[in-house]
Amino acid sequence: MSCIEQMKYRLYLERTSFKEARDFIEKNSEEVYYVEPGYRIFKDYYIIGVPPVALGVRGNEILFTYVKPCHGTFVMGIDSQEEIARLREREARKIKKMMKDVQKGASTQKREPEASPVDFREIYKK
Amino acid sequence: MGCPEVPVQISIVIYLAHKLRKAGWDVTVAGTSAPIKLLKVADPESYYVKKTADLDWIIQEIVEKRLDFDACFAFMHSDAGMVYGATFSAISHAKHYAVVFGKNAEALAESIDYPTEKIVATATHNPGPLKSKIDRVVI
Repeated sequence: MSCIEQMKYRLYLERTSFKEARDFIEKNSEEVYYVEPGYRIFKDYYIIGVPPVALGVRGNEILFTYVKPCHGTFVMGIDSQEEIARLREREARKIKKMMKDVQKGASTQKREPEASPVDFREIYKK
Repeated sequence: MGCPEVPVQISIVIYLAHKLRKAGWDVTVAGTSAPIKLLKVADPESYYVKKTADLDWIIQEIVEKRLDFDACFAFMHSDAGMVYGATFSAISHAKHYAVVFGKNAEALAESIDYPTEKIVATATHNPGPLKSKIDRVVI
């Protein structure tokens, strides 16, 4: 059992499908971040989910899905500035990397050779 | 293995583990505590299943890159099981199979949209249909 169940949490949805839980997070959060399954929060909880896994931020609270094999998916909320900061930093790094890749792609892209000017006399020769 | 409320699960897990082991594979059966307990009582001397592990521990080990497998058979009969299957498909390099069973097997199988090979049978008490589907994949 993860430490999450011993933490002070709020329960927003219980025993639902993962899809409904993700929709709830997307519709009820001020900020939504997408992580891959296995993303670790609160030291020892590795998020179980179908990618893309949505994590929401609402004030000081982080909203996330919690899957229990016999009971379905739950949407929980826990106050954590630390986890929110970690998510935002991760997103900033992701965007930075994306921008770098775009720039790299643009600079390595081969430029089309410019058409050499055609002498009109060459055209009329034909 | 997730929740053991559908009877065919343990039967097919033991059958598949034994079949894979006889074919030379090093098999680990991972599950939540209830199905692992059922398995250990059914196979007290570990004749069919040599290694068992906790499902969440396995996920942790794969994510932290301390462990991985060549093939993974994810047993599922509910949305939660399907979500665990998706997680394994995303975190592991293993060739992934979704073993879908239970009353709503067809609908559940349709909801799977991650990379996996689906083995589907509407089986609850009778393991026959699922066994024959497994036999077509694992020869």
